[in-house]
Amino acid sequence: MSEQRPPVLAIRDLTVAYRSRGAWLQAVRDVSLQIMAGERVGLVGESGSGKSTIALAVMGYLREAARVLAGEIILNGRDLLSLDRSQMRALWGAEMALVPQDPLSALNPSLRIGEQLAEALRLHLGMDRARALERAAELLEMVRIPDPERVVRAYPHQISGGMQQRVMIALALSTEPALLVLDEPTTALDVTTQAAILDLFRDLTEARETAALYVTHNLGVVAEICDRVAVLYAGDLVEEGPVGELFRQPLHPYTHGLLASVPRLEAGRRGVALQSIPGQIPPLGERPPACVYADRCPLAIEICHEVRPPRETPLPGRAVRCHRWEEVLAGALSAPATPPAADGAHVGDADGEGDGAPVLDLDDVEVHFEAPHTIREILARRERPPVRAVDGVSLEIAPGRTLGLVGESGSGKTTLARAVVGLEETTGGEMALFNLPLPSGLSERSEELLSRLQIVFQNPEEALNPYRTVGATLRRPLMRLQGLSREEADAAVARLLEAVRLPASYAYRLPRQLSGGEKQRAAIARAFAADPELLVADEPVSSLDVSVQASILNLLNELQRERDSSTLFISHDLAVVGYLADEIAVMYGGHLMELMPAEGLLTPPHHPYTEVLLAAIPRLDPDAPPRPLPALRASEPGQNVGRTGCPFHPRCPRFLGDICVEQTPPWRAAENGGRIFCHIPLEDLQAAQVEDA
Amino acid sequence: MSRYLLRRLAFLLLTLVVTSLIVFAITQYLPGDVCRIILGREAGESALAACTERLGLDEPLAVQYFNWLGNFLQGDWGESFSTRAEIRPLVMQRLRNSLRLALVTMLFAVPVAVLLGILAGLNADRPLDNIISVASLSVVGLPEFVTGLVLIQIFAFTLNDFLFERFGVRPFPANSSVRPDATFAEAFPMLVLPALTATLVLLAYIARLTRAGVAEEMERPYVRTATLKGLPWRVVIVRHVLRNALLPTITVVAISFGWLISGLIVIENVFNYPGLGRLLVFAIDRRDLPLLQAVTMITVFAFAFANLVADLLYAWLNPRIRLGE
Repeated sequence: MSEQRPPVLAIRDLTVAYRSRGAWLQAVRDVSLQIMAGERVGLVGESGSGKSTIALAVMGYLREAARVLAGEIILNGRDLLSLDRSQMRALWGAEMALVPQDPLSALNPSLRIGEQLAEALRLHLGMDRARALERAAELLEMVRIPDPERVVRAYPHQISGGMQQRVMIALALSTEPALLVLDEPTTALDVTTQAAILDLFRDLTEARETAALYVTHNLGVVAEICDRVAVLYAGDLVEEGPVGELFRQPLHPYTHGLLASVPRLEAGRRGVALQSIPGQIPPLGERPPACVYADRCPLAIEICHEVRPPRETPLPGRAVRCHRWEEVLAGALSAPATPPAADGAHVGDADGEGDGAPVLDLDDVEVHFEAPHTIREILARRERPPVRAVDGVSLEIAPGRTLGLVGESGSGKTTLARAVVGLEETTGGEMALFNLPLPSGLSERSEELLSRLQIVFQNPEEALNPYRTVGATLRRPLMRLQGLSREEADAAVARLLEAVRLPASYAYRLPRQLSGGEKQRAAIARAFAADPELLVADEPVSSLDVSVQASILNLLNELQRERDSSTLFISHDLAVVGYLADEIAVMYGGHLMELMPAEGLLTPPHHPYTEVLLAAIPRLDPDAPPRPLPALRASEPGQNVGRTGCPFHPRCPRFLGDICVEQTPPWRAAENGGRIFCHIPLEDLQAAQVEDA
Repeated sequence: MSRYLLRRLAFLLLTLVVTSLIVFAITQYLPGDVCRIILGREAGESALAACTERLGLDEPLAVQYFNWLGNFLQGDWGESFSTRAEIRPLVMQRLRNSLRLALVTMLFAVPVAVLLGILAGLNADRPLDNIISVASLSVVGLPEFVTGLVLIQIFAFTLNDFLFERFGVRPFPANSSVRPDATFAEAFPMLVLPALTATLVLLAYIARLTRAGVAEEMERPYVRTATLKGLPWRVVIVRHVLRNALLPTITVVAISFGWLISGLIVIENVFNYPGLGRLLVFAIDRRDLPLLQAVTMITVFAFAFANLVADLLYAWLNPRIRLGE
């Protein structure tokens, strides 16, 4: 890359503030960043870090309540902050473009996709309507949308989320802008879709030498596709550098903590304790004037609370804002060798308790939903096949064990979880709790039975009544299901809060007075209040920030060890499941594809779908050997196929032919105790997968 | 879409069946014997008995209901008790008048209300929005007979006098008692004042809804996408925002049409306008049951039909419904 050229984008000492009750509160403080042509720079931060504010400031599209207080934003030599709106309009879409997080809401629901693409082409490239629509189809082909002619005429709601995001990328690149700003463009997508979009994005920007600012909370995505990364914390750019160096040797304690708090696939099951960062990002208006991170920093000393660290460049290409970066560099923050969770007690029980009656035993469980008929079908008296959300799942959970259930959206994992706790009626199969039949549906279950199964939802708000204090919420199951007196219940509430590491005073708080992570702790406490034998956790950490996620995962780990309860842990994130689970079940299209001990996650053979999932996870380690995504036959899941054949055959990269379409695959037992639902013999899978790796 | 359409039609039918039952039941249980109402206090027993038999009032209720409904559907709406005239031509003529008034009201109200709503929505929570909201709400708070009388004072007296001095015309009659055979052009001057009064009632309603629609859509991410394409502001508003923001407005306009046809009792009385509303009051006044039944059925039908049109229009204009499922 030519070093002499000026940067495409240069942000200098940018300070942005939001107006709140008459005062201007700084959301971004003295941020400087440069992006060269063809360079992809990741801007990483948790919620409240100010990353989206920077993205919108660069685009010149801050909200009315926000104002740039100081600094410069220079695009190809022009100071954007000095331009008025009509001058900005000439740059928008032509020299700079935005790819937002949620593509469905970013597209106009009542305009055809072709029209929305053509608009920009007609405006900036002077094409007539017919030519622009033609070009729109070409652009859709460029972003690898099958059947572009159809999509040109489609409305946004008629195509899948992944396709919508491809449309947004096509739109952004349609006029070949010099700068692309991407704001969490893959956060709402499944991992396999994300992997495909990232591939596409890398190829397209490389070919055009587009400069890209990639805003995300996902460190793995940054490691996958960015050249350089800038880490934001509470509005301060705390550290910056080339991706490889920064991830290998972070200089700022926050970067260090962030990297240590992400579960890594490579680390295996509970191999390394997740380090959670205590506390939370200070809200606007309460940010320390000196080092913003000092209150949470394990290395903070007096000076950190008094003097704002200057921006230093300790190594070429690196920048950091920390008084003690030299100590960090010298290894002051190296992680403890053994995690608190892996101190023997838990790992041992895998052999000791595995042979009692299973806590949960699912046998061929089905949840089918009636699909509404169209008039034509009613008139023709044609039966519409039901939606097979869960289609014959059998599995067991042994006492004291955690089963991790992984799958993408539409796999049926959440429906299965809801069926287990009784929120969804099963349409077939048997469920048993400790060998006793578990009736389907809440109305069939006794109160005592209800208390033995508890669920933690992805969104803790669903479990907490907003008008009831945390204490009242916890007391209710204690008194009602366990029959405690008020005094006993109050004592139990205090113990529960202590168990989930919340201060006892939180019993008197309302949910809205809690942060996201604290709410999830309260929801977990509520689930444990009923003293369940089986805890069903449905994506309990996926709406939380990385540093908070780590503490919740650690908490679940510890609670399970202390209480010896069993868990059905559901997640779309194989790395999270790999960290927490004893066994892993992989689900696709309502079927289990593979069941394996967690230790076997990194050793082939695997089901081809598991293989795809493993390859699709963005890896945190920039030095890890590249793991190419196997070529999927279809980039996205289609309709639920019929009862015969393998549900994964329409996408399977190891598709054999008619046998996969017509015949139900056998369950093949693997050496490590797992089983795989595939027509391909395990030896062949193993050979092929080892070779590809 | 066809599924949606069929469902709506089924709902319309069900609504009409249920209302016909209610209308029939209510008229059954209104106080007073029908024949005594018709024949007066002095009627003898034999005359009453003959009347009861002639009207079929001695039949079981179910038979009476189906007779009534069957006749109604075949266009035989019976005779008015009080005027002895055929009911159907009378109701139809009043319906035509009501439709005219509704149409003129819409011509006045919709453009102004939508424009005000858009202006307020684009300037949400700024002074212009507050002015428009306060002004339209304070007008809607006044009862129709007050605004009606004020408008009569302004137009029929002050303005008429002024125009008479200058041009020798008095274009705004205070009394809107249109002749039954008047053409639309002849009736129009008499429609202005009642339509304006109804406009004042509708204005705030439609404007508020439009404002909410526009303000809400302006916050949507697709507006940012459109703006960041570099499109001129006007194009962003007209092509992108209004297309979505006006969907609820269109629905409410269609529903208002139903209300205008059936619900203008006060306004029609203030201006002495011969619409359905006044006919309804007349029928109640005279305990004219067949007339009451006919007017009620027609107004319910107008209302249900307007609702259906509103739903269909919304579905047709909204690709998420038109092409969903």
